[in-house]
This record gives sequence, structure tokens and C-alpha cells, in this order.
Amino acid sequence: MTKLTYIAHDGTRFEVEAENGSTVMENAIRNAVPGIEAECGGACACATCHVYVDEAWTAVVGEPEAMEEDMLDFAYEVRPTSRLSCQIKVRDELDGLVVSIPERQG
Amino acid sequence: MSDITTTDVLIIGAGPIGLFAVFELGLFDMRCHLIDILDRPGGQCAELYPEKPIYDIPGYPVIGAQELVDKLLEQIAPFKPGFTFNRMVTGLERLENGSFRVTTDENEVFEAKVVVIAAGGGSFQPKRPPIPGIEAYEQASVRYAVRRIEDFRGHDVVVVGGGDSALDWTLNLQPVARRVTLVHRRPEFRAAPDNVNKMHALRDASAIDLVIGQVSGLAGEGGALHSLTVKGPDGDTEVACTRLLPFFGLTMKLGPVAEWGLNLHENQIPVDTEKFETSEPGIFAIGDINWYPGKLKLILSGFHEAALMTQAAKHIISPTERVVFQYTTSSTSLHKKLGVPD
Repeated sequence: MTKLTYIAHDGTRFEVEAENGSTVMENAIRNAVPGIEAECGGACACATCHVYVDEAWTAVVGEPEAMEEDMLDFAYEVRPTSRLSCQIKVRDELDGLVVSIPERQG
Repeated sequence: MSDITTTDVLIIGAGPIGLFAVFELGLFDMRCHLIDILDRPGGQCAELYPEKPIYDIPGYPVIGAQELVDKLLEQIAPFKPGFTFNRMVTGLERLENGSFRVTTDENEVFEAKVVVIAAGGGSFQPKRPPIPGIEAYEQASVRYAVRRIEDFRGHDVVVVGGGDSALDWTLNLQPVARRVTLVHRRPEFRAAPDNVNKMHALRDASAIDLVIGQVSGLAGEGGALHSLTVKGPDGDTEVACTRLLPFFGLTMKLGPVAEWGLNLHENQIPVDTEKFETSEPGIFAIGDINWYPGKLKLILSGFHEAALMTQAAKHIISPTERVVFQYTTSSTSLHKKLGVPD
């Protein structure tokens, strides 16, 4: 199991154990982490699972692909560390990953 | 008042379930007309995930969402359904003769004996962009679509976005606007490359402005916008703006369905599981928009709901006719309706 930490906009931390192969979005929904809406259910079609990847983790997590970058155009306050959490797959190297949730989704 | 289109069954929503309902209703000789807010059939399958695979359509180990829509259109072609696209159904009322009158946001009028709501997650509407305070300017200065080009003549127009709509309107409004500024988060555009090249050419000729960044603030008076601030990699830019055209994609909203006097259960329409009829006799709800104990929002469940709804609709439209249950495999009368050669 891989440990993920979500920091809500009000600063509350949510630590969850995630299965490899699942997405960071799915684990947020399963654990009722507030602020991740995932309106489209993970099809990379809505930009409502937007997160900021902690600076220390951006290199490991990697860059968004073109389709995700297109979708990020619809997100609120996009930063260089922005990702759509439905497009981040949990794997061993991400053990300890920290992501923050923006003030609002789209 | 415009002409009235009459049909047996008026279907609100041309997603996969609305389309398949045409097939089931067609087998029982009911003519259908579908209305959808999108510009083409397919609903979420066409708008949200056309290229994504679906793995739980019986008989198809995998099928692309747009491919499913195309096959459904082929399947219902023998029944020649009517389509009205780019319209939101705004009004639904019962007439004295028991039929229903359905009206759209462009004042078209339809009359049908049965109405089927197959509206999925609701109607797709332009997403309000995440710009603080934008609500205050929506009446006077913000447009989410171009209905009349004249509305932009002589204005300082700011188009926000990087897709086809944003590029199309940047190019089309350039000749009529006082100035067009295109604002996009990054230098790459997802719009058709040809239009992106045309836009770059206009910028190089100083005929338009291109600003890279995100709109962070609006300024104006009495609801009328006069400028906005773009936060970019090199700091803030002030841009004159009296017409703002943001293209931030579509979102689904229940919309006018909530105003038709039907019982609702958390933005869904409760139905029975025999007929899938709403609290109003003659109005049915199938697919993602309905609710009943055990409801699953699956395309295959919607197909089943369409088949059962059809039996009840037939009793309303032809109350004295005896309904004979037949299989498409063997029934010669069904073959005739489907255009299958003997």
C-alpha cells in the first residue's frame, strides 16, 4: 500500500492508504476528501479533480500529457504544479505523495 | 407563434438512451422527435468522452463511445426520427386534450401524446469561468455564446480560451470589433492548427492582441465591464474589455426540468420500475436522470428502461389496440418495420 496525503484548502490533512494502480482522484473520492468533485468520473473530461502537487514531488509525479494540459485550461487558478488527480496513477515511487486541493474546482 | 410540430413521442435528450428509445418505440409504430441542447446526437458519449472505450455494453467486449452512438443511429434509422439540436426544452405543460406541449428556448412548439425525459445529467451549459466577481457583469457584458455578431460591433472584445470556439470567434469577430484580444493560459492551443496559424498571422499584423495568462480580475461600473487583468508569467496586464467571451467548456445542469412540477429526488426524477413513469402520467423518465430503489447509472440499465417504458407508452397512444409481444429475430411484421428483406 502507498501512503497519500491530501491537504484541503482549509489546511486539514487527510492521510490515506492507496492501492497501486488506482488513481489519486479515486482515493480522494473513496475517502471522502472534500474539494475533489470528479464530475466526469475519471475520463479526463472535466477538470474538477484539480490538485497542486507538492513541490518536492513534481519531478516524481511527472508532467501532464497533452490531453490533460488541454483540460487544465478549464481549471481554477492553474499553477506549474497543477495536475488532474484522475490522471495520476498510484505506484510505489509515490509513497508519501502530498497534494493540495485548490480553493474551488472550475 | 411558430408552427407546431406534432409527434407521438417527444424525447428530451438525444444521448444513447434517448436514441435507443426511438428503436423500441418504433417497433410499436410510435413516431419520435428528439430535442437536445448539443449540436449533435450522443449526449455525454459524444461530448465528454467520444474516444473512450466502454466495456459493459452487452455483446461488445469493448466499444468506443462515439462508435456506440453511430451504431445506435444506424439501428434507429429505419424509424426516421426527427431531431432538433442546439435547443433547450424550457416548457412542458399538459393541454386540455391530454397531450403535452413542449417549448424550447427558441420558442419552437411541439405537441406529443407522450413525453420521455432522457436528459442524463441534465443539459450541457457553458461553464462559468473561475473569475472572481464575473456574476456582476453577466447581464451587460459577458456572453457565453455568440448569438448575434452585431452585439459585438465596435466593442473591445476579450475572448478567453484555447479551443475551437475561442479561436473561431477571435477570427470572426476581428473585422467587427473595435479590438479583439485573445487570452489563453499557455502558448499552446488545442484548436485546429489552421485557425491557430490564422490567429498568429493576425497578431503578427497587429490586427489582434494575444495575451498569455489567466484572467484574475474584472473592473467596471454598474454591471458594465471596461477592463480586466490578466495574470501572466511576466506579471499583470490590463486589457480594455467591454465584451467578454469566455470559453471554459460545458457543465451539466438539471435546468428547467426542475420547474415542470415533477417530484424530484436529489436532482433526479423518481419513477416506478414497471413503466418508468414520473409523478405525472404520460411523462416518463429513463436513463441517468431517473431514480428508483437500486438505480444504477449504466447505459445498459437505460436500454432496459426504454423497452419497458415503450409498453406503457403504447397503451397511452393506442389504448384500444392489443399489444402483441414479438421477437425481432423471427417476426415478419417487425422485419418489415426494420426494412429487413424477406
